[in-house]
Amino acid sequence: MSVTILIEKCRGCRLCLKACPFDAIKMEDGKAVINYDKCTNCGACEASCRFEAILVEREEKEEVKDLSAYKGVWVFAEQRQGKLMFTSLELLGEGRKLADKLGVELSALLLGSEVDGICEELIHYGADKVIYADHKLLQNYTTDGYTKVITDLINEKKPEIVIVGATNIGRDLAPRIAARLNTGLTADCTKLDIDEEQKILLQTRPAFGGNIMATIVTPKHRPQMATVRPGVMKKMEKDENRKGIVEKVDVKLHDEDIKVKVEEIVKSAKQIVNLVEAQYIVSGGRGLGGPEGFKLMKELADALGGVVGSSRAAVDSGWISHDHQVGQTGKTVRPKVYIACGISGAIQHLAGMQNSDCIIAINKNPDAPIFSVADYGIVGDLYKVVPMLIEEVKKLKEQK
Amino acid sequence: MKIIVCIKQVPDTNEVRIDPKTGTLIREGVPSIINHDDKNALEEVLKLKDKYEDVHVTVLTMGPPQADVALREALAMGADRAILLSDRAFAGSDTWATAKTLTAAVKKIGDYDLIFCGRQAIDGDTAQVGPQLAEDLGIPQITYVTHLEVNGREVKAHRALEDGYEVLTTKMPCLLTAIKELNEPRYPSVRGIFEAYREKQVEVWSAKDIEINLNETGLNSSPTNVRQTFTPSPKGQGMILEGNGRDTVQELLFKLGEKHLI
Repeated sequence: MSVTILIEKCRGCRLCLKACPFDAIKMEDGKAVINYDKCTNCGACEASCRFEAILVEREEKEEVKDLSAYKGVWVFAEQRQGKLMFTSLELLGEGRKLADKLGVELSALLLGSEVDGICEELIHYGADKVIYADHKLLQNYTTDGYTKVITDLINEKKPEIVIVGATNIGRDLAPRIAARLNTGLTADCTKLDIDEEQKILLQTRPAFGGNIMATIVTPKHRPQMATVRPGVMKKMEKDENRKGIVEKVDVKLHDEDIKVKVEEIVKSAKQIVNLVEAQYIVSGGRGLGGPEGFKLMKELADALGGVVGSSRAAVDSGWISHDHQVGQTGKTVRPKVYIACGISGAIQHLAGMQNSDCIIAINKNPDAPIFSVADYGIVGDLYKVVPMLIEEVKKLKEQK
Repeated sequence: MKIIVCIKQVPDTNEVRIDPKTGTLIREGVPSIINHDDKNALEEVLKLKDKYEDVHVTVLTMGPPQADVALREALAMGADRAILLSDRAFAGSDTWATAKTLTAAVKKIGDYDLIFCGRQAIDGDTAQVGPQLAEDLGIPQITYVTHLEVNGREVKAHRALEDGYEVLTTKMPCLLTAIKELNEPRYPSVRGIFEAYREKQVEVWSAKDIEINLNETGLNSSPTNVRQTFTPSPKGQGMILEGNGRDTVQELLFKLGEKHLI
């Protein structure tokens, strides 16, 4: 790309001097002259010139791929130790909707070693086809092994959409694949849809710390890739009569392809906070005033038979560990009852809990945004309200 | 050992403004900090520098001229060299284009053994640039690092999973991404701050300096485009229960009981 001033056309009007963000144009003998040390070829001057005296030659972008050659929706079916991740079923449910809107096939992409049993499960939950790469080097996830096999398959079969669960593994894998394919990738989507006219994927995600939602498109590159938040999409009902095809593919993978070795996989000994599957969640925020407030949260959660959640503010303050966090950077939850105590309700938090069946907010500030999503709100001091609530819940349970 | 730490200056996400025309973030005039995870990456590298003699730490960032402040803070914490990639041509880059731009800068820096990034930035939350940079450089990656051991050219790290962790090993050069659990970042010393502003320099590199092809950086080269931004609509006002005494609590539980929620 280069910028040239056609001296014979230049009238010396100085408009381009003002337009240049880099102070790279000056006047010499009544004509504009470019200082190429400063010029970044941004092209801002071209638009400012009224006499067509500035010529910006742009290198032709590498030929736009034939987008119509890309067909079908793929879902990455993530398994760990031979067990399919729950979020893969959610992706199948969502992938099914996208594929139906486009009128194309939905394929599940399964990598592993001797995990044949999963294939049927994937079909029962919505896949038309399972693309199954079975190899002993694929037994455990490795960035190198999985990236190589998947990019090879994408290059060969050319799907138009590839979606991956935004798990710790999905978020390691998807960017590596997207970079190798030089295509776009949208992280952590909470909503996917198809633009009916252009037949492209609309990828919606919370952005800028959850302050707004953004809909992102990948218009000129294929496949269109997105990672999807676990807990957001709905899985389909299992249908054991669904039929599909299992296509076993050849895997060309060697030990030396894998640069990062898995020495050991350690399961956490400490009890995992199962926010995603909990029926009752009692969450505390900055309004608790300190870490001891979470004892009260725990007491109420125990009385209800639920678990403790928290806002990002409480985690950032060091009052509780990150595995309790609900929201854009934490977990997305949809319990029967969600009780938010001393949580103001930043969009970042709401993004993670607004699909709960029933939301109860307890907050001193009647104007707190949390009340805008709450089914029931109590304006008051949580340190007065919650102990009473604990007592009443216990009473109620004893009666039963 | 030559180490590059990639950091990002991020706006305080509580005070974000959006350009309504382009749908991109307006960075000017918003209070800024070094992204949390990036500070953990820097801290881990500074610990290596404390332990071994031959460690040289370069901090690299892409951003507007005011990102100088973030680099000075990193220098004050103990980094040796600071480079700011700043050029209008970089503006509006998505993660693909950001990774390409950083790749060009790393190639200009030349020699390196280790690249350390934060897992993700609090303004974008994508966690994509680290792995994309590793791919563009053709080096192995370990993300979500919670524990690190370096032994000669060998790197051993714990990588966090949702329900535990993996123990991974690889060889330098490689790229790592840090999360909060890795360490507690230090504060700059008074002497460090003095040196950062009086004795050390921040080098500013333009698109020309890093010899990047202009169809690999900036808004127009990015594969992803923001089509629309919006504030999510609340699901509709619920019921505020009168009072905050025992009656109110009982009323609440009665209503939950009615709906078979308890």
